[in-house]
Amino acid sequence: MSQQNLESLDVERLREDFPILERELDGKPLVYLDNAATTQTADPVVDAMSDYYRRYNANVHRGIHHLSQEASIAYEEAHDRVAEFVGASGGREEMIFTKNTTESENLVAYAWGMRELGPGDEVVLTEMEHHASLVTWQQIAERTGADCTYIQIDETGRLDMDHARECITDDTAMVSAVHVSNTLGTVNPVSELVDIAHDHDALAFIDGAQAVPNRPVDVEAIDADFYAFSGHKMAGPTGIGCLYGKAHLLEEMEPYLYGGGMIRKVTFEESTWGDVPWKFEPGTPPIAEAVGLHAAVDYLEEIGMDRIRDHEEELAEYAYERLAAEGDIEIYGPEPGPDRSGLVGFNLESVHAHDLASIMNDHAVAIRAGDHCTQPLHDRLGVAASARASFYLYNTREEVDALVDAIDSARQLFA
Amino acid sequence: MGMGSDMYRQQILDHYKNPRNYGELEDPTFTHVGENPMCGDEIRMDVRLEDDEETIEYVAFKGDGCAISQASASMLSSKLQGKTLEELLEMDRDDVVDMLGVDISPMRIKCAVLAEKVAQDGAEIYRGELDKEKTTTEE
Ligand SMILES: Cc1ncc(COP(=O)(O)O)c(C=O)c1O
Repeated sequence: MSQQNLESLDVERLREDFPILERELDGKPLVYLDNAATTQTADPVVDAMSDYYRRYNANVHRGIHHLSQEASIAYEEAHDRVAEFVGASGGREEMIFTKNTTESENLVAYAWGMRELGPGDEVVLTEMEHHASLVTWQQIAERTGADCTYIQIDETGRLDMDHARECITDDTAMVSAVHVSNTLGTVNPVSELVDIAHDHDALAFIDGAQAVPNRPVDVEAIDADFYAFSGHKMAGPTGIGCLYGKAHLLEEMEPYLYGGGMIRKVTFEESTWGDVPWKFEPGTPPIAEAVGLHAAVDYLEEIGMDRIRDHEEELAEYAYERLAAEGDIEIYGPEPGPDRSGLVGFNLESVHAHDLASIMNDHAVAIRAGDHCTQPLHDRLGVAASARASFYLYNTREEVDALVDAIDSARQLFA
Repeated sequence: MGMGSDMYRQQILDHYKNPRNYGELEDPTFTHVGENPMCGDEIRMDVRLEDDEETIEYVAFKGDGCAISQASASMLSSKLQGKTLEELLEMDRDDVVDMLGVDISPMRIKCAVLAEKVAQDGAEIYRGELDKEKTTTEE
């Protein structure tokens, strides 16, 4: 691809890599604005997975035979490649493949939390956590006797960093924070949060599910102890998620799922574990998905993560401005700027978010409506549900216009 | 593929904007509440029975939520007047869809049946056949 040199994305050309975008629903062109839920899968990703299934499908780490060797090498190299993509210099020794971000959260919560947490310990979360981390830590806290506290958001939808400094104390064992909010679009100052955590000898887990897909992320610059994200939100396949962890932490941690492929030596009495990351990946792993994710990372990097971020921010800013101009739309989260990502959560005064999404669907505009797995945050905002339009590298300004037109027809219908 | 366009026919919008039997009864025979946690829809239904303790004399509802859930409650409150508890308990989701007169997409069916479930649970509680504080569509 030569557009590397160009200023902005050649969106028309990129859209050719996503044939699904050519679909029409009831004769209307699909406008896909639900990218925060899942992004569409790039053709090179589908091709790589198809090539794996057609040419070298085999189980990994077991076979002496040729196909198993090819599959094993591809699977292992995918770890190195994804590690490199997020700035983890330890390669595969710092990159575990899971099913999704949620499983990455659970892995740390069980493997680390169940052993390390106890009464008097605190887990500090934010009010804008996704249920993936909020529910998980709530459960682990309940079982270990630890407490959860929540860093508040201010009226602009940003974290109140003064409150963060109050919440994080010497009793804090873990700070688990979302990098980019899937509801507010806020880009949190995660390296600052990590620093505060470290000042109190606490660890920091960052949920990067909405960050890795659309901006350059360097886990070492952030200095996160753990960092999680999902393949299906970054032009890659479903069924694979990632957990970055600092090598010495993963080394010390006990596994939380057991079985084949993760052991060094097993007797009737006891077992010892294999190396990181394999000791956290028991059973047959998502091999085709790892191959697909490798291709996704290559694809995104070739386009350039800073250009993807700029494109998304531009669309979000345009959408924000058009929606804000309407007068009867409440938009959640910070105003457009460097700490706002490419999604816009909102409510139209006269129309419930679910009705809105249904009517948008009549116009072939796909948006999300509901609680977005952030129920406590919605309680905080004082609404049961919100609508959300979220953009990716293939979306256009015309699609934002289609969004606004569809909102207008909902408004008319309910007038 | 049936798109949702038909879901917002005039009848639904009319009931949503001008809900019938909206409010609370002064002397209900029974009252019950329910919610659809997915949408945040909430419905309260007040039912007054005739002296035979079987025939529904009057129904009122109060609620908050999407157009489908609220229109469904409004229509049901009218439809139930003069019906028996037995007839209410025999209703199923097809009857609700028929009553609404539109295709309800699978994702929205819980909104549509909330009012019916609240009325049915209320009737069963009144008869002593059920014990619960609140109905939810997530069961
Ligand atoms: C911020 C955030 N965290 C976690 C998740 C969970 O991701 P997954 O469903 O892939 O586990 C999501 C996606 O919905 C998210 O937006």
